[in-house]
Amino acid sequence: MSRARDFADLAGAADAGTVAGTNLIINGDMAVAQRGTSSTSVTDGYYTVDRFSFTPVATDELAVTHSQSTTVPSGQGFANSWKLEVTTAETALAADELCIFRQQIEGQNLQHLAYGTSSAKSLTLSFWVRSSLIGKYSCLFYNLDATRTNLQSFTINTADTWEYKTITIDGDTDSGAGFDNDNGGSLQVAWIFAAGTDWTGTPHTGWGAHTQTDDYAFSDQVNFIAQTGTFYITGVKLEVGSTATPFLHESYGENLAKCQRYYWQNTTNAAYYAYQYVSTYKALPVFFPVPMRATPTADVSYSSGSFTPYQDDEYHFKAYIASSYTDTTGYNTSYVKFNAEL
Amino acid sequence: MYSITITNAQYYNDLDGNQAGIKATINSTEMFVPLDPANSDYAEILRQVDAGTLTIQDAD
Repeated sequence: MSRARDFADLAGAADAGTVAGTNLIINGDMAVAQRGTSSTSVTDGYYTVDRFSFTPVATDELAVTHSQSTTVPSGQGFANSWKLEVTTAETALAADELCIFRQQIEGQNLQHLAYGTSSAKSLTLSFWVRSSLIGKYSCLFYNLDATRTNLQSFTINTADTWEYKTITIDGDTDSGAGFDNDNGGSLQVAWIFAAGTDWTGTPHTGWGAHTQTDDYAFSDQVNFIAQTGTFYITGVKLEVGSTATPFLHESYGENLAKCQRYYWQNTTNAAYYAYQYVSTYKALPVFFPVPMRATPTADVSYSSGSFTPYQDDEYHFKAYIASSYTDTTGYNTSYVKFNAEL
Repeated sequence: MYSITITNAQYYNDLDGNQAGIKATINSTEMFVPLDPANSDYAEILRQVDAGTLTIQDAD
Protein backbone atom coordinates (compact mmCIF):
# COMPACT_ATOMS: atom_id res chain seq x y z
CA MET A 1 0.00 0.00 0.00
CA SER A 2 1.40 3.45 -0.92
CA ARG A 3 1.98 6.28 1.55
CA ALA A 4 -0.56 8.33 -0.39
CA ARG A 5 -3.14 5.60 0.15
CA ASP A 6 -2.22 5.43 3.86
CA PHE A 7 -2.76 9.16 4.25
CA ALA A 8 -6.01 9.03 2.29
CA ASP A 9 -7.32 6.27 4.54
CA LEU A 10 -6.22 8.17 7.63
CA ALA A 11 -7.96 11.30 6.43
CA GLY A 12 -11.10 9.31 5.73
CA ALA A 13 -11.05 7.80 9.17
CA ALA A 14 -10.49 11.20 10.73
CA ASP A 15 -13.49 12.50 8.83
CA ALA A 16 -15.43 9.59 10.25
CA GLY A 17 -14.61 10.76 13.74
CA THR A 18 -12.50 7.84 14.85
CA VAL A 19 -8.94 6.68 14.80
CA ALA A 20 -8.19 4.58 11.75
CA GLY A 21 -8.89 0.95 12.32
CA THR A 22 -10.45 1.15 15.78
CA ASN A 23 -12.25 -2.13 16.36
CA LEU A 24 -15.75 -1.97 17.84
CA ILE A 25 -15.60 -5.72 18.42
CA ILE A 26 -13.92 -6.94 21.61
CA ASN A 27 -11.78 -10.09 21.56
CA GLY A 28 -12.00 -10.36 17.80
CA ASP A 29 -8.86 -12.50 17.79
CA MET A 30 -10.55 -15.02 20.12
CA ALA A 31 -7.53 -14.91 22.44
CA VAL A 32 -9.41 -14.55 25.73
CA ALA A 33 -11.49 -17.47 26.98
CA GLN A 34 -12.01 -16.97 30.71
CA ARG A 35 -14.89 -19.42 31.11
CA GLY A 36 -13.14 -22.31 29.43
CA THR A 37 -11.80 -23.51 26.12
CA SER A 38 -14.41 -26.09 25.16
CA SER A 39 -18.11 -26.72 25.68
CA THR A 40 -20.84 -28.99 24.40
CA SER A 41 -23.72 -26.78 25.53
CA VAL A 42 -26.59 -26.28 23.12
CA THR A 43 -28.37 -23.55 25.06
CA ASP A 44 -27.94 -19.82 24.50
CA GLY A 45 -24.99 -18.42 26.39
CA TYR A 46 -21.33 -17.52 26.74
CA TYR A 47 -19.12 -20.59 27.05
CA THR A 48 -15.66 -20.24 25.55
CA VAL A 49 -14.18 -17.14 23.89
CA ASP A 50 -15.16 -13.98 25.75
CA ARG A 51 -17.78 -11.55 24.48
CA PHE A 52 -19.15 -13.93 21.85
CA SER A 53 -22.22 -16.01 22.58
CA PHE A 54 -23.33 -19.19 20.91
CA THR A 55 -27.08 -19.27 20.45
CA PRO A 56 -28.98 -22.32 19.29
CA VAL A 57 -32.74 -21.76 19.50
CA ALA A 58 -35.23 -24.66 19.75
CA THR A 59 -32.85 -27.25 18.31
CA ASP A 60 -33.73 -30.78 19.44
CA GLU A 61 -31.22 -33.08 17.77
CA LEU A 62 -28.13 -30.93 17.51
CA ALA A 63 -24.96 -31.90 19.35
CA VAL A 64 -21.87 -29.72 19.06
CA THR A 65 -18.50 -28.95 20.50
CA HIS A 66 -17.60 -25.28 20.44
CA SER A 67 -14.12 -24.28 21.46
CA GLN A 68 -11.22 -21.90 21.40
CA SER A 69 -9.06 -23.38 18.68
CA THR A 70 -5.45 -22.97 17.62
CA THR A 71 -6.35 -23.55 13.98
CA VAL A 72 -5.75 -20.16 12.37
CA PRO A 73 -5.11 -18.59 8.97
CA SER A 74 -1.42 -18.85 8.18
CA GLY A 75 0.73 -15.75 8.40
CA GLN A 76 -1.95 -13.40 9.75
CA GLY A 77 -0.66 -13.17 13.30
CA PHE A 78 -3.55 -14.91 15.01
CA ALA A 79 -3.04 -17.59 17.66
CA ASN A 80 -6.68 -18.55 18.16
CA SER A 81 -10.01 -18.93 16.49
CA TRP A 82 -13.48 -19.96 17.60
CA LYS A 83 -14.50 -23.38 16.35
CA LEU A 84 -17.93 -24.91 16.00
CA GLU A 85 -18.00 -28.63 15.36
CA VAL A 86 -21.32 -30.30 14.66
CA THR A 87 -21.08 -33.82 16.05
CA THR A 88 -24.75 -34.77 15.65
CA ALA A 89 -26.71 -33.10 12.88
CA GLU A 90 -30.07 -31.38 13.15
CA THR A 91 -31.49 -33.56 10.39
CA ALA A 92 -34.87 -31.82 10.16
CA LEU A 93 -34.72 -28.05 10.63
CA ALA A 94 -38.04 -27.01 12.13
CA ALA A 95 -39.54 -23.59 11.41
CA ASP A 96 -38.63 -22.18 14.83
CA GLU A 97 -35.05 -23.39 14.91
CA LEU A 98 -32.09 -21.07 14.66
CA CYS A 99 -28.36 -21.31 15.31
CA ILE A 100 -26.10 -18.25 15.47
CA PHE A 101 -22.84 -16.81 16.86
CA ARG A 102 -22.98 -13.19 17.95
CA GLN A 103 -21.60 -10.20 19.84
CA GLN A 104 -23.44 -7.20 21.23
CA ILE A 105 -21.91 -3.73 21.57
CA GLU A 106 -22.80 -1.08 24.15
CA GLY A 107 -24.67 1.98 22.90
CA GLN A 108 -22.29 4.42 24.57
CA ASN A 109 -19.51 2.99 22.40
CA LEU A 110 -21.47 3.70 19.22
CA GLN A 111 -22.38 7.37 19.59
CA HIS A 112 -19.70 8.44 17.08
CA LEU A 113 -21.57 6.54 14.36
CA ALA A 114 -24.21 9.30 14.44
CA TYR A 115 -27.01 6.87 13.62
CA GLY A 116 -30.36 8.56 13.28
CA THR A 117 -28.81 11.61 11.61
CA SER A 118 -27.87 12.52 8.05
CA SER A 119 -24.23 12.02 9.09
CA ALA A 120 -24.63 8.35 9.98
CA LYS A 121 -21.36 6.51 9.31
CA SER A 122 -20.79 3.43 7.21
CA LEU A 123 -19.42 0.35 8.94
CA THR A 124 -17.16 -2.37 7.62
CA LEU A 125 -17.01 -5.84 9.11
CA SER A 126 -14.03 -8.03 8.28
CA PHE A 127 -13.12 -11.52 9.46
CA TRP A 128 -11.32 -14.71 8.61
CA VAL A 129 -13.55 -17.75 8.24
CA ARG A 130 -13.20 -21.41 7.34
CA SER A 131 -16.01 -23.90 6.91
CA SER A 132 -16.47 -27.47 5.77
CA LEU A 133 -19.66 -26.41 3.99
CA ILE A 134 -19.45 -24.10 0.99
CA GLY A 135 -22.26 -21.71 0.15
CA LYS A 136 -24.08 -18.61 1.35
CA TYR A 137 -24.18 -17.59 5.03
CA SER A 138 -26.18 -14.72 6.49
CA CYS A 139 -24.66 -12.00 8.62
CA LEU A 140 -27.06 -9.82 10.58
CA PHE A 141 -26.57 -6.31 11.92
CA TYR A 142 -29.28 -5.63 14.49
CA ASN A 143 -29.93 -2.22 16.07
CA LEU A 144 -31.49 -3.44 19.32
CA ASP A 145 -32.55 0.04 20.47
CA ALA A 146 -34.45 0.93 17.31
CA THR A 147 -35.44 -2.66 16.41
CA ARG A 148 -33.97 -2.25 12.96
CA THR A 149 -31.86 -4.73 11.02
CA ASN A 150 -29.57 -4.91 8.03
CA LEU A 151 -29.06 -8.40 6.62
CA GLN A 152 -25.93 -9.20 4.63
CA SER A 153 -24.27 -12.37 3.44
CA PHE A 154 -20.90 -13.90 2.72
CA THR A 155 -19.97 -16.96 0.70
CA ILE A 156 -17.66 -19.81 1.55
CA ASN A 157 -16.07 -20.65 -1.79
CA THR A 158 -13.77 -23.52 -0.86
CA ALA A 159 -14.34 -26.11 1.85
CA ASP A 160 -11.96 -26.25 4.81
CA THR A 161 -9.93 -23.28 3.60
CA TRP A 162 -9.41 -19.96 5.37
CA GLU A 163 -11.04 -17.06 3.51
CA TYR A 164 -11.02 -13.34 4.31
CA LYS A 165 -14.43 -11.65 4.12
CA THR A 166 -15.48 -8.01 4.27
CA ILE A 167 -18.97 -6.56 4.48
CA THR A 168 -19.76 -2.84 4.34
CA ILE A 169 -23.09 -1.38 5.38
CA ASP A 170 -24.38 2.18 5.10
CA GLY A 171 -25.08 4.25 8.17
CA ASP A 172 -28.72 4.31 9.21
CA THR A 173 -30.10 7.83 8.74
CA ASP A 174 -33.64 7.00 9.84
CA SER A 175 -34.64 9.48 12.52
CA GLY A 176 -35.42 6.70 14.96
CA ALA A 177 -32.18 4.82 14.45
CA GLY A 178 -30.06 6.48 17.13
CA PHE A 179 -28.28 4.27 19.65
CA ASP A 180 -29.08 4.82 23.33
CA ASN A 181 -26.16 6.52 25.08
CA ASP A 182 -25.92 4.01 27.90
CA ASN A 183 -24.39 0.70 28.93
CA GLY A 184 -27.07 -1.46 27.34
CA GLY A 185 -26.63 -3.60 24.26
CA SER A 186 -27.37 -1.54 21.15
CA LEU A 187 -25.82 -3.24 18.15
CA GLN A 188 -25.60 -6.97 17.59
CA VAL A 189 -23.51 -8.60 14.89
CA ALA A 190 -24.48 -12.21 14.22
CA TRP A 191 -23.29 -14.99 11.96
CA ILE A 192 -26.11 -17.37 11.04
CA PHE A 193 -25.47 -21.11 10.75
CA ALA A 194 -29.05 -22.20 10.19
CA ALA A 195 -32.48 -20.61 10.27
CA GLY A 196 -35.91 -22.24 10.06
CA THR A 197 -38.66 -20.63 8.06
CA ASP A 198 -39.87 -18.58 11.05
CA TRP A 199 -36.62 -16.65 10.73
CA THR A 200 -36.52 -16.17 6.97
CA GLY A 201 -38.73 -14.64 4.34
CA THR A 202 -38.23 -11.52 2.27
CA PRO A 203 -35.27 -9.79 3.86
CA HIS A 204 -34.08 -6.27 3.17
CA THR A 205 -30.35 -5.82 2.69
CA GLY A 206 -30.32 -2.21 3.83
CA TRP A 207 -31.50 -0.85 7.15
CA GLY A 208 -35.17 -1.34 7.86
CA ALA A 209 -37.65 -2.15 10.58
CA HIS A 210 -37.04 -5.59 12.01
CA THR A 211 -39.57 -8.34 11.97
CA GLN A 212 -38.47 -11.78 13.03
CA THR A 213 -40.21 -13.44 10.13
CA ASP A 214 -38.40 -11.70 7.34
CA ASP A 215 -35.14 -10.29 8.55
CA TYR A 216 -33.02 -12.77 10.40
CA ALA A 217 -31.56 -14.86 7.62
CA PHE A 218 -31.73 -15.41 3.90
CA SER A 219 -33.94 -18.35 2.98
CA ASP A 220 -31.35 -19.58 0.49
CA GLN A 221 -28.50 -19.71 2.96
CA VAL A 222 -26.80 -22.97 3.87
CA ASN A 223 -27.96 -25.14 6.73
CA PHE A 224 -24.62 -25.73 8.39
CA ILE A 225 -26.03 -27.86 11.20
CA ALA A 226 -27.74 -30.34 8.86
CA GLN A 227 -24.59 -32.43 8.74
CA THR A 228 -21.44 -32.93 10.75
CA GLY A 229 -18.75 -30.38 10.00
CA THR A 230 -16.52 -27.63 11.31
CA PHE A 231 -16.65 -23.84 11.17
CA TYR A 232 -13.88 -21.50 12.33
CA ILE A 233 -13.77 -17.73 12.67
CA THR A 234 -11.17 -15.21 13.88
CA GLY A 235 -9.85 -11.73 13.22
CA VAL A 236 -13.27 -10.16 13.59
CA LYS A 237 -13.17 -6.42 13.14
CA LEU A 238 -15.97 -3.85 12.89
CA GLU A 239 -14.80 -0.36 12.00
CA VAL A 240 -16.08 2.97 10.79
CA GLY A 241 -15.77 3.56 7.07
CA SER A 242 -16.12 1.61 3.89
CA THR A 243 -12.64 0.10 3.83
CA ALA A 244 -11.43 -2.86 5.83
CA THR A 245 -8.11 -2.07 7.46
CA PRO A 246 -5.74 -4.63 9.00
CA PHE A 247 -6.66 -6.19 12.32
CA LEU A 248 -5.09 -4.34 15.24
CA HIS A 249 -3.41 -6.92 17.45
CA GLU A 250 -3.67 -5.86 21.08
CA SER A 251 -1.68 -7.23 23.99
CA TYR A 252 -3.39 -10.05 25.84
CA GLY A 253 -3.63 -7.82 28.91
CA GLU A 254 -5.46 -5.06 27.05
CA ASN A 255 -7.84 -7.55 25.54
CA LEU A 256 -8.45 -9.30 28.86
CA ALA A 257 -9.21 -6.03 30.65
CA LYS A 258 -11.81 -5.14 28.02
CA CYS A 259 -13.42 -8.55 28.43
CA GLN A 260 -13.44 -8.27 32.22
CA ARG A 261 -15.83 -5.36 31.99
CA TYR A 262 -18.40 -8.00 31.01
CA TYR A 263 -17.24 -11.16 32.79
CA TRP A 264 -14.66 -12.00 35.39
CA GLN A 265 -13.82 -15.07 37.42
CA ASN A 266 -11.24 -16.31 39.87
CA THR A 267 -11.43 -20.04 40.35
CA THR A 268 -8.47 -20.25 42.70
CA ASN A 269 -9.60 -22.01 45.86
CA ALA A 270 -9.45 -19.85 48.99
CA ALA A 271 -8.61 -16.67 47.08
CA TYR A 272 -10.81 -14.55 49.37
CA TYR A 273 -11.47 -14.82 53.11
CA ALA A 274 -14.19 -13.44 55.32
CA TYR A 275 -13.26 -11.09 58.16
CA GLN A 276 -15.07 -10.10 61.33
CA TYR A 277 -16.35 -6.57 60.80
CA VAL A 278 -18.80 -6.34 63.72
CA SER A 279 -19.29 -8.64 66.66
CA THR A 280 -22.03 -10.69 65.04
CA TYR A 281 -21.19 -10.71 61.34
CA LYS A 282 -18.37 -11.58 59.01
CA ALA A 283 -18.00 -9.96 55.58
CA LEU A 284 -16.25 -11.22 52.48
CA PRO A 285 -15.38 -8.56 49.89
CA VAL A 286 -14.13 -9.13 46.34
CA PHE A 287 -12.90 -6.18 44.32
CA PHE A 288 -13.13 -6.44 40.54
CA PRO A 289 -9.99 -5.92 38.42
CA VAL A 290 -11.86 -3.36 36.28
CA PRO A 291 -15.25 -1.70 36.79
CA MET A 292 -17.87 -3.95 35.29
CA ARG A 293 -20.51 -2.86 32.79
CA ALA A 294 -23.27 -3.14 35.39
CA THR A 295 -23.73 -4.74 38.78
CA PRO A 296 -22.99 -8.35 37.86
CA THR A 297 -24.81 -11.56 38.60
CA ALA A 298 -22.77 -13.38 41.24
CA ASP A 299 -21.98 -17.07 41.20
CA VAL A 300 -19.88 -17.56 44.31
CA SER A 301 -19.03 -20.80 46.04
CA TYR A 302 -18.02 -20.74 49.71
CA SER A 303 -16.08 -23.24 51.79
CA SER A 304 -18.90 -23.25 54.32
CA GLY A 305 -21.93 -21.27 55.40
CA SER A 306 -24.62 -19.38 53.56
CA PHE A 307 -23.62 -15.83 52.64
CA THR A 308 -25.91 -13.03 51.50
CA PRO A 309 -24.71 -10.36 49.04
CA TYR A 310 -24.74 -6.83 50.43
CA GLN A 311 -24.69 -3.55 48.51
CA ASP A 312 -22.59 -4.90 45.67
CA ASP A 313 -22.08 -2.76 42.59
CA GLU A 314 -20.03 -2.58 39.40
CA TYR A 315 -16.83 -2.06 41.40
CA HIS A 316 -17.02 -4.81 43.99
CA PHE A 317 -18.95 -7.67 45.48
CA LYS A 318 -19.33 -8.42 49.14
CA ALA A 319 -21.42 -10.80 51.17
CA TYR A 320 -21.98 -11.37 54.85
CA ILE A 321 -22.80 -14.21 57.22
CA ALA A 322 -23.97 -14.21 60.81
CA SER A 323 -20.93 -15.27 62.80
CA SER A 324 -19.34 -14.23 66.10
CA TYR A 325 -15.74 -13.68 67.14
CA THR A 326 -15.77 -17.10 68.80
CA ASP A 327 -16.80 -18.89 65.60
CA THR A 328 -13.80 -21.06 64.76
CA THR A 329 -14.94 -21.87 61.21
CA GLY A 330 -12.77 -20.53 58.43
CA TYR A 331 -14.84 -18.91 55.70
CA ASN A 332 -13.41 -18.49 52.22
CA THR A 333 -14.44 -18.73 48.61
CA SER A 334 -13.99 -21.81 46.44
CA TYR A 335 -14.53 -19.75 43.31
CA VAL A 336 -16.04 -16.44 42.24
CA LYS A 337 -17.67 -15.73 38.88
CA PHE A 338 -19.28 -12.43 37.93
CA ASN A 339 -21.36 -11.88 34.83
CA ALA A 340 -22.33 -8.49 33.43
CA GLU A 341 -22.61 -9.58 29.83
CA LEU A 342 -25.05 -8.06 27.43
CA MET B 1 -36.03 -13.69 21.61
CA TYR B 2 -33.76 -16.15 23.36
CA SER B 3 -34.51 -17.81 26.65
CA ILE B 4 -32.33 -19.01 29.49
CA THR B 5 -33.65 -21.49 32.04
CA ILE B 6 -34.46 -19.77 35.33
CA THR B 7 -36.06 -21.56 38.27
CA ASN B 8 -36.38 -21.17 42.06
CA ALA B 9 -36.40 -17.37 41.89
CA GLN B 10 -36.75 -15.74 45.27
CA TYR B 11 -36.11 -12.24 46.55
CA TYR B 12 -33.56 -11.90 49.32
CA ASN B 13 -33.23 -9.12 51.86
CA ASP B 14 -30.01 -7.75 53.25
CA LEU B 15 -29.30 -7.38 56.94
CA ASP B 16 -30.92 -3.95 56.92
CA GLY B 17 -34.15 -5.58 55.78
CA ASN B 18 -33.96 -4.05 52.31
CA GLN B 19 -34.91 -6.06 49.25
CA ALA B 20 -31.44 -6.60 47.81
CA GLY B 21 -31.73 -8.99 44.90
CA ILE B 22 -33.03 -12.28 43.55
CA LYS B 23 -31.56 -15.67 44.28
CA ALA B 24 -32.28 -17.94 41.34
CA THR B 25 -31.12 -21.09 39.61
CA ILE B 26 -29.92 -20.02 36.17
CA ASN B 27 -28.99 -22.75 33.73
CA SER B 28 -28.65 -25.17 36.68
CA THR B 29 -26.44 -22.91 38.84
CA GLU B 30 -27.62 -20.93 41.86
CA MET B 31 -26.79 -17.27 41.40
CA PHE B 32 -27.49 -13.91 43.01
CA VAL B 33 -28.99 -11.40 40.60
CA PRO B 34 -28.89 -7.69 41.49
CA LEU B 35 -31.94 -5.46 40.98
CA ASP B 36 -30.06 -3.54 38.30
CA PRO B 37 -32.05 -2.89 35.12
CA ALA B 38 -28.79 -3.02 33.16
CA ASN B 39 -28.10 -6.56 34.37
CA SER B 40 -29.18 -8.89 31.56
CA ASP B 41 -30.16 -11.70 33.94
CA TYR B 42 -32.45 -9.34 35.87
CA ALA B 43 -33.95 -8.13 32.59
CA GLU B 44 -34.54 -11.74 31.55
CA ILE B 45 -36.18 -12.53 34.90
CA LEU B 46 -38.54 -9.58 34.46
CA ARG B 47 -39.29 -10.69 30.90
CA GLN B 48 -40.16 -14.20 32.03
CA VAL B 49 -42.30 -12.83 34.89
CA ASP B 50 -44.17 -10.63 32.40
CA ALA B 51 -44.63 -13.64 30.13
CA GLY B 52 -46.12 -15.55 33.02
CA THR B 53 -43.52 -18.30 32.90
CA LEU B 54 -41.70 -17.38 36.11
CA THR B 55 -42.79 -16.34 39.58
CA ILE B 56 -40.48 -14.68 42.11
CA GLN B 57 -41.12 -15.87 45.65
CA ASP B 58 -41.06 -13.40 48.52
CA ALA B 59 -38.02 -13.25 50.76
CA ASP B 60 -37.92 -15.57 53.77
